[in-house]
This record gives sequence, C-alpha cells and structure tokens, in this order.
Amino acid sequence: MNRTHVNCTVNGDDVDFLAADGISLLDALRDELGLTGSKEGCGTGDCGACSILIDGKLNCSCLVLAPEAEGAEIVTVEGIADGDHLHPLQQTFLEGAALQCGICTPGFLVAAKALLDTNPDPTETEIRYALAGNLCRCTGYDKIIRSVQEAAVQLREVAK
Amino acid sequence: MTMRLPPFDLVTPTTLQEAAGLISDPTASIVGGGTDLFPKMKRRQTTPVTLVSLAEIDALKGIRIDDEGRCVIGAGVTLAELADSPLVPAVVASAADAIASPQIRNTATVGGNLCLDTRCNYIDMPELWREASGHCLKDGGDTCWVAPRSDHCWAISSTDLAPVAIALGGSLRLVAADGERIIDVDDFFQNDGIDYHTKSPGEIVVELLLPAFTGRATYLKHRRRGSIDFPLLGVAAAATFDDAARCTGIRLVVGAVASAPLRAIAAEEFLIGREFTDDVIEEATRLASNPVRPQDNTDTGSRYRKWMTPVFITRALQEIASDDTTNQEEEP
Ligand SMILES: Cc1cc2nc3c(=O)[nH]c(=O)nc-3n(C[C@H](O)[C@H](O)[C@H](O)COP(=O)(O)OP(=O)(O)OC[C@H]3O[C@@H](n4cnc5c(N)ncnc54)[C@H](O)[C@@H]3O)c2cc1C
Ligand code: FES
Ligand code: FES
Repeated sequence: MNRTHVNCTVNGDDVDFLAADGISLLDALRDELGLTGSKEGCGTGDCGACSILIDGKLNCSCLVLAPEAEGAEIVTVEGIADGDHLHPLQQTFLEGAALQCGICTPGFLVAAKALLDTNPDPTETEIRYALAGNLCRCTGYDKIIRSVQEAAVQLREVAK
Repeated sequence: MTMRLPPFDLVTPTTLQEAAGLISDPTASIVGGGTDLFPKMKRRQTTPVTLVSLAEIDALKGIRIDDEGRCVIGAGVTLAELADSPLVPAVVASAADAIASPQIRNTATVGGNLCLDTRCNYIDMPELWREASGHCLKDGGDTCWVAPRSDHCWAISSTDLAPVAIALGGSLRLVAADGERIIDVDDFFQNDGIDYHTKSPGEIVVELLLPAFTGRATYLKHRRRGSIDFPLLGVAAAATFDDAARCTGIRLVVGAVASAPLRAIAAEEFLIGREFTDDVIEEATRLASNPVRPQDNTDTGSRYRKWMTPVFITRALQEIASDDTTNQEEEP
C-alpha cells in the first residue's frame, strides 16, 4: 500500500501528514491530527456523524480518502467557533437542548453551517432536507430544527 | 461495528488514455465518488488491488450542449452539480436531487450512479453476517437467498438516473484502451443481478448524451423516507404529443423492481396515437405493471412494492398528460 504525503489546510491551519491509500479522511483527522470532533457512526455514508466541509462543500469524511485531501481547505466542527466564542449554532444547540449523547452533534453543526452559509433564511422544509444526511438516535429532530432556525435568526441579526 | 477499507493502491491518472490503460488490469477497479464502492469495500464485498480514481480527469467534467443540441453530461459531474444545472432537462435535475443526502450528492458522480452495483438485503451486509448466513450467488456462493431455486441473482438495480436516461432516449460514450463506442442506456443494462450491465470491465463511462427533448417528462420515486433512501420503486416517463393531444412517442421505464430498469414496451406501443384519457391510462398501467415482479430483497415487502407499482405508473402518466410535471416530492 502506497503512502502519500498530504498537505492541506484544516480550520485555517496548514497541516501535513502521511496517509496510506486506504485511510479515510475521517481517520486521518482523528488519528493523525487529533481532531476527534468528527465521529464515525457508520462508516458507510448513512449517518452524517463524520460531516466536514471540503472546499466549502459538505461531505462524509468516512467516504473520502485521506490522499484526496491534498490541497483542500477543510473545516471540521473544531473550526466553527470563533476562539472561545461559540458559533450561534453551537450556542442555540446548547440552549435548545438539541443533543443528548452528542455523537451526532458535530455532524449536525457542520451540515447546518453548510446550509446557513449559502441560505441564511431557510424554510423548515429546507432545513429538514439539508439535514437529511444526518441521523440522531436520541434527541429527535424537532429540537435540532428549532435550534437551527434560532441560529439563522441570530446570524441574520448580526449580518444587518 | 466499525469497518476499515481493505488495503489497495490508489492511482489518479489525469488523462482518459492513461486511465483506460490502467483499468485494463483485471485486479483494478474504477472509482468515481466512491459513495457506492467504499461501503462495499468496507464490507469486503469487493477487494480491488488497485483503485483507478477518475477525480483528476478534466475530460469527464462539465455539462454542455453540443452542435446537435444534445445535452452532454460528463461522467465525473457530481449529482449536486447535476441537480443545480440549468442545462439539463428538469426531470434529470430533480431525479439527481432525490438521490441520497446533500453530503453524498457532493461526492457521488453520474458515471458511478449509472454503474451503481445492484443491491440486495443478503449482500449489502458485513462480511461476518454473510459468512454466518452462507454466501449468496453474488457473493461467490451457490444459492440466491431471495429465490433459492433460481439459477441467477435477483439483486436490484437502484440507480435513479438510469430510468430517466432511458426514458429520454439517452446513450453513453464508453472508452477502453483499444477504442470507444456509443451505446443506448437501454442496452447498457441487463436483467441479471451479477452481470447487470453489458460493459466490459475495461470500459470507462465517459459521458451521458441526452438528445434534445421538447416533450413532457417525469420521474416519480417511491421510498420510505422523503430523502436519503434508495428507491423502492421509480417510474420515469417521457412523451411527446401532437396538437390533438395524441401521443406521438413515449418511453415508460420502471426502476428498482428488477436487476435492470424495465422498459414497459407493451404499454408504450398501446399509448402511441392515443390521448391519455382515464381509460387509456388505466389500460396502459395494467400493461406496464403486469410483468413487474419485485422480490423480497429490499426495504418493505415485495407485495407492497407490487401494489404500489400501478399507483406510481398511473400518477406518472397523469402527470405527463396534464403537463403538471412540477415534481412529485415537496422538495425545496
Ligand atoms: C446513504 C446512501 C444513500 C444512497 N441513496 C441513493 C439513491 O437514493 N439513489 C441512487 O441511485 N443511489 C444512491 N446511493 C448510491 C450512490 O451514492 C450513488 O448511486 C452514486 O451516484 C454513485 O456514484 P459514485 O461516483 O460515488 O460511485 P462509485 O462508488 O465511485 O462507483 C460505483 C461503481 O461504478 C463504477 N464506476 C464509477 N464511475 C465509473 C465510470 N465513469 N465508468 C465506469 N465505471 C464507473 C465503479 O467501479 C463502481 O463499481 C446512495 C448511497 C448512500 C451511501
Ligand atoms: S460515519 Fe460517515 S456517514 Fe456515518
Ligand atoms: S444526540 Fe445522541 S445521536 Fe443525536
């Protein structure tokens, strides 16, 4: 199995690591770079717990090969807060109790951010479709949807 | 149970010629977005020695209208790009938008969708499960667990783009190390869960060509949840009508009920020259749904899928009759 030296940016930092061809980007993020926010729920594209942004696009990192990250700009859940200041989505998830065990939360936050980055005023249906690739098996979806709606309101206020 | 990919070497050619040379090695496999292949490799349904990635080949990217007015869609175009493209027929964009999840659509390609492996409850399982239950025909065993007396595999064709491409009279450009050819999408598939397409392993799907189409078309997808799920049933219909509302040409295709998308030829022949009245739609529905025999090998039982087949065929024909092809599912 080949090993590739991969250079990319993760949450704004230049990083490099050595990856075997069969290593997923999720494993490289967690095991090589210590960014354990992204989770593995299924490893097969069904649950979205591993969601990250690659060049601004939402992806399942469990289905991306680490060598494919060469030159890419990656954002994980660790990169969405502004220093100690939580992202509005993180704050509204906390206040709205939109998590119980929390394993799905990083994926939901990144997927919701991908939505709000391109659509600041989504309808409830649009939110539900945008989060359709993310499964939660304990909280249920209503609190998650409400929290995304609330964060959208707050982000629009800030943008004014 | 978490699963890791088996070891392999990844090669990323930048030209089609290079890729065609690499893929002529029988232990190599093509990978587009990997959203179908990687889960299968994690479950050890296939363990290629070399993966030939198509990701860096510019010739596979982009959507354009050619001199003959055909819409030419590169095999490397992602489903998200297809869903957003103003150049493709609306029915193609909405079918793409109804596939999988936003995450998957950003990675999944058109070529991978058309070559999507057939699916079945007995094969899309972790290795340990298959070992315990006994390997099925498609898995190198000698019994099809869905139809134990059958001599062939009944795994389901689950691509959502293929029925639509067939309804629109699409064709595919295939390139191999020793030349290229164009094949109708209809002839690209065959009703066998193991050898589900007629392409040789060394052929790369390069483009999907859709002839200029001015008629009315729809694709109705039935699935358990309104998003992410594979089709339980998909009905694609594309038709043209004369000034007196009589049908001058139609293709009606039922997907996800067999190992290939099924053309409803008898119904198509019946509909030509006729106006789509309620009686005509009823008879066409009967002709089209009679031969459909879904097996018990996906989500929900086969009887339910058999019941729903005429319901969806009727709805599709009503939609194209009334020109209300604004799309089935309430997606934004
Ligand atoms: C959660 C989930 C839900 C899904 N839901 C749907 C759904 O609703 N409908 C649906 O249709 N699919 C669905 N899929 C399956 C899959 O994601 C899509 O069909 C996708 O379009 C496959 O494209 P890909 O590029 O990722 O294929 P890959 O995994 O890269 O390839 C699939 C197969 O095609 C071959 N191949 C790829 N490109 C070419 C080419 N250019 N020439 C020759 N052979 C090629 C590969 O060798 C492989 O055998 C789903 C998948 C997941 C994980
Ligand atoms: S771990 Fe990637 S989708 Fe579930
Ligand atoms: S909070 Fe437990 S899976 Fe969503």
